Amino acid sequence: MTALLEVADLRASYGATRVLHGIEFSLGERSITAVLGANGAGKTTTLRALCGMVRTEGEIRFAGQRIAGRRTEDIARLGIAHVPDGRGTFLYLTTEENLRLGAYARKDKRAVARDVERMYAYFPRLKERRRQQAGTLSGGEQQMLAVSRALMLAPKLLLLDEPSFGLAPLVVRELFGILRAINAESGVSMLLVEQNAAMALELADHACVIETGRVVIAGTAAELKRDDGVRRAYLGY
Amino acid sequence: MEAVLLQVLAGLATGGIYASLALALVMIYQATHLVNFAQGEMAMFATYIAWSLVNAGVGYWPAFLLTVLIAFVLGVLIERVVIRPVENAPVLAVVVVFIGLLVILNSVAGWIFTYTIKSFPSPFPPALGIRYMSPHQVGALLVTLIVLALLYLFFRFTPLGLAMRAAAQNPVSSRLVGIRVGWMLALGWGLAAAVGAVAGMMVAPIVYLDPNMMSGILLYAFAAALLGGIDSPGGAVVGGLVVGVLENLLGAFVIGNELKLVVALVLIVGVLLVRPSGFFGSVQVSRV
Repeated sequence: MTALLEVADLRASYGATRVLHGIEFSLGERSITAVLGANGAGKTTTLRALCGMVRTEGEIRFAGQRIAGRRTEDIARLGIAHVPDGRGTFLYLTTEENLRLGAYARKDKRAVARDVERMYAYFPRLKERRRQQAGTLSGGEQQMLAVSRALMLAPKLLLLDEPSFGLAPLVVRELFGILRAINAESGVSMLLVEQNAAMALELADHACVIETGRVVIAGTAAELKRDDGVRRAYLGY
Repeated sequence: MEAVLLQVLAGLATGGIYASLALALVMIYQATHLVNFAQGEMAMFATYIAWSLVNAGVGYWPAFLLTVLIAFVLGVLIERVVIRPVENAPVLAVVVVFIGLLVILNSVAGWIFTYTIKSFPSPFPPALGIRYMSPHQVGALLVTLIVLALLYLFFRFTPLGLAMRAAAQNPVSSRLVGIRVGWMLALGWGLAAAVGAVAGMMVAPIVYLDPNMMSGILLYAFAAALLGGIDSPGGAVVGGLVVGVLENLLGAFVIGNELKLVVALVLIVGVLLVRPSGFFGSVQVSRV
C-alpha cells in the first residue's frame, strides 16, 4: 500500500491552547480510514489542520508534497476535499450552484457537467431540489449536498467530519452505502471522523483512536473492532 | 397631470444613478458587512479622471471606458492596500478608514483639480430626447440599465460571479473549494468602484463637477440601499428608482426644492425605525 497522506508529529493550537500534541498516522490510496475519539479529543482539529484552517506545526505529506503551512485554497486545489463540521452549505445559493462551486477549481467543463449528473444519480433528492435555495433543504439533504459538493472537486482525498451528525439511522445507512460505492468506483480515499464508531468501523478498512490530541491506537478496522478497550469505550458492549 | 409625469420620468433618470451607487454600496456591504462611506468620493475622483481624459482630447466614449477600467483598478488597489490590513479589525476601525478615504480623496481632488465648479459633457445626441425627458435623462437611464443588466448577467451566469457571491457569504467554505477569497473581495471593490464611476459620469452633467458633488448623491444612494434592504442588490435598484421619483415629486409639489435632501434623511431614519431590513433585505436572526 502506497501512502497518499502521511502525518507526523502534527501539532495545532487555538491561541494559547494546544489541541494536537503530535498526531501521527498515514493513509493509503483508495483506502478509508476512520478516526474515532471522544468529544474534544481533537478529531475535527486534525481535519482542519490538514486543510490549513488552523495554525499547525509538524509534517503533512500529501501525494509526496509537503502541504503543512500552505493556504486552504491551495490545498483544496491539490485534491483534498473537506466536508466540514456543520456542513458548510452556501445557504443562499441554489443546490446546483453549490455543486458547481465544488468544481470551481476544475477546468474540464464537460467532466464537471457529467459529475453534476453523477451526484444527482447518487442522491436523487438533490436533483428534485436543484433550483431550490440550499438553506431550505433538510438536514439530511444538506449533508448529501455537502458530500456531493466535496466530490465535485474530483478529489484524491475526501475528509468527512461527522457525516452522520443529526441524521436518522436509515439515512446514515444509505449515506454510508453510497460512500462505500463511491470509494469502490472512483478510488477516492476517505478520512472519516465519526461519533458513530460501529458504523465507521464497518465502512473503514483502517482506523485510529485519538485521545487528548494523540493517536493512542491504530490498525486495521478489524483489529480495532476486536480491541477490548475500543469495544468498551466506543462500541459500547 | 403632465407635470406629475414629467417629475416621475425625471425622477427615474436620477433614480437610476442613485440605484447604481446604491448597488455599489450593497456589493461592498455583502462582502464586508459595512457601508463604504467613501463610495461617493471614489466615484467623484473617477469622474475627474474622465474629465481630464476628455480635456486631453480623448473622445467621450473611449474616455468613458478608460475611466471605468481605471476606477476598477483603483478599487482593487484600495482593497489590497488600505482595506486588507484592517480586515479583522473592529468595526469602528474600518469605519474610520472609510472616513479617512473619503477625506483623502476629497482633498486630493480639490488639490489637483481645485474646488472651482466645472461643467461635464453629456455624450447623448439631441435625437435621444423624448417629449418629457431630456436627451441626457434618457441616455443616463439607458446606460444605467445596461450596467445593471451586465452586472446581473455576470453574477448570475458566470463561474467568477458565482465564486464572488460565494466568497462574500461563506468565506470558509469558499476556501475549501479552492476559491481565492481575498482576490474575490478585491474584485468586488473593483466592480463597485467601476459602477460608481459610471454613476459619477452620468450625474456630473446634472450636478456639475466639483469635489463635493457626490455628498448629496451618496445620501440618496444610502437611503435607496436601506429602502431596498442593504443586503439585496435587486432591492438597491428598486430603492434607487423609488427614491429618485419620490425626491422629485415631493420636491416639486410638497416641500420645495430646498428641502429635497431632507427626503433622503427622513427615509433613512424612517426605514431604520420601522423596517430595518428594508423591503427586500433578509431579516437577520441570531440564536443567543
